[in-house]
Amino acid sequence: MIARLADKRVIICAGAGGVGKTTTSAVVALGLAARGRRVAVITIDPAKRLANSLGLDALGNEPQRVSPRRLAGHGLELTGELWAMTLDSKRTFDDLVARLAPDERTRDEVLANRIYQQLSSAVAGSQEYTAMAKLYELDRDSGFDAIVLDTPPSRNALDFLDAPQRLTGFLESSALRAFLAPTGIAAKIAARGTGAVFAVLKRVTGVALLEDLSTFFRSLGGLLDGFRERAAGVQALLADPATTFLIVASPEYEPVEEAVFFGRELERAGLPFGGLIVNRVHEPVAGDAGALGDPGLAAKVAATVAEVNVLAARDAAAVERLRSALGDDAPVLVPHLDTDVHDVAGLVAIHRHLFGDGGAGARR
Amino acid sequence: MPGLLDSDLVVVTGKGGVGKSTVAAALGLLAARRGMRAVVAEVSGRKDARRLLKGSGVDHVSITPRTAMEEYLRDQLPSGTLADLLASSGMFGSFVSATPGMHELLSIGKVWELAQPERRTPGAEPYDVVIFDAPASGHGLAMLAAPRTFSEAARVGPIHRQAGRIDATLSDPAQTAVIAVAIPEEMPVNETHELRRALAERLGRGLDAVVANGVAPDRFTDAEAAVIEAAIAAGETTAPGATPPAGGAAPAGAATADPLRAALWAHHRAQTHRTQLRRLRRGLDAKPVALPFVFTESLSRDDLAMLSALLEPLA
Repeated sequence: MIARLADKRVIICAGAGGVGKTTTSAVVALGLAARGRRVAVITIDPAKRLANSLGLDALGNEPQRVSPRRLAGHGLELTGELWAMTLDSKRTFDDLVARLAPDERTRDEVLANRIYQQLSSAVAGSQEYTAMAKLYELDRDSGFDAIVLDTPPSRNALDFLDAPQRLTGFLESSALRAFLAPTGIAAKIAARGTGAVFAVLKRVTGVALLEDLSTFFRSLGGLLDGFRERAAGVQALLADPATTFLIVASPEYEPVEEAVFFGRELERAGLPFGGLIVNRVHEPVAGDAGALGDPGLAAKVAATVAEVNVLAARDAAAVERLRSALGDDAPVLVPHLDTDVHDVAGLVAIHRHLFGDGGAGARR
Repeated sequence: MPGLLDSDLVVVTGKGGVGKSTVAAALGLLAARRGMRAVVAEVSGRKDARRLLKGSGVDHVSITPRTAMEEYLRDQLPSGTLADLLASSGMFGSFVSATPGMHELLSIGKVWELAQPERRTPGAEPYDVVIFDAPASGHGLAMLAAPRTFSEAARVGPIHRQAGRIDATLSDPAQTAVIAVAIPEEMPVNETHELRRALAERLGRGLDAVVANGVAPDRFTDAEAAVIEAAIAAGETTAPGATPPAGGAAPAGAATADPLRAALWAHHRAQTHRTQLRRLRRGLDAKPVALPFVFTESLSRDDLAMLSALLEPLA
């Protein structure tokens, strides 16, 4: 895995919800920082215990340096720098508006608009957009050697790939034009328009909502150039040869299908697939527990072994499916640990599997 | 106390990957066994529960924003001609794409429509219960809150009215039940508690039930685990060739190809689950219903029936 990431500046970890993306992202960043690079990881909604153990309790929506002392005694030395942050979606959006607004009045108008407030905080998709915006900004301004991005738990991988274009695409699109063009919806509202189609639209939506929208889009119009530039920047960043996507999965039906789907989408979009990581893999168990000298206990052990082997068979099939569908001959398999990983020790344990040192990457 | 299936609508949510679709399907099956006409609904074109329900007699609907939009127009306008006019002009499509949260509103609106005792879709038969296999907590909550946001943001007009009616249904515990699914691990447990807080704050309602899914069998006593540990330690001193990985200690609790270690691994997982179940229980009005982890490559009809029988006390 480390060889594949050697020349990468942006590493995006994608996969279904609940497969361990946040942990994987943190471990990838840790691994690169342990190899001398100055790395930032953007996590989305990490477990509080993990955030605490990395010293991420401070708010701020900017990366914080993880003290090398936190790694002390875990057998891993940070020769580079590890920085980490938790994405604050609403704040990222607000900052973006503040930065792109041509003047204070426009900024305040947008920030105070109810439609904007909904867009920035409540809507599925805003997290996807702000994650990309933050990635772009850090890459441009912060001089990190590498940035690792954890991705939001979308039910659809496309949500975040498309997020920047969706926002600007829509800002430039017929949707917005329908509102803002001289003969558009906004104009029709202003002119108390009565065109047949508009009259029907009013009937199903209500004029108050249309008015609010048109106010919102008018004030947002002033930010359009900035959004456009940003979307183009994100687009270029995704297509950059120094950007790569890691697909993270666990060996259950839905995460596997999601990973396969996502792999296809990457290919369709011409984006680089950097490797597959399968978390929570069960290995087959063989041998007997006769040495325990207690038939009752041995029977319990045997029952457990039978269960684990069912999962091992399932997992082997899942890995095979992923391997052939995604065309990765050397996926990294991380075993199912017996505890949740929510501290530095856990990250270091997973690090062994991801980056070698006798880990699962080498074992096949 | 009324059961979940006495509601018109049962919303199933929880963190990604915890088995929401399985629980939704199991509830559907339970309803069907009681002779109820039931449907499991998913949004964003998802079909996760469909596979599980094939041939069960439970309907499955996968709602897309596009079909939800077209149905809404047909419902709101007196003639199909007008609806077609608006749909084909692209103007409503523009409005929907341009309005943040509108897709969510239309989708939850369709779920609501399914649950109406008198269906608004012409010719459609009413359902006794609609089980909504909702998106994961954050998105699921955004979807449940969308009607309230719109009824407030739109102030007056048809969307205000319509959204208000949907919100009234969703916020009323007599009509709508919300259940959270969690697996007994740190993050899903955290999200369940966050969901409970957010539901109270944004919809003024509580969770009706919590399902702890995928609970590991708690097979070994601590004394037995100690015997196993001792046996492993004895084996290590005699068995040659075990190379400890660089950095000292063995990888914490990795499942390895040895029966004793596998047993110990299972014991530790069971302990973790026990701890997390206690955390999950904290602050809840009622004890979560536990569903066992099913050791299988893919859930069979019998597995689903077994799980649905365990949900009986909730229903």
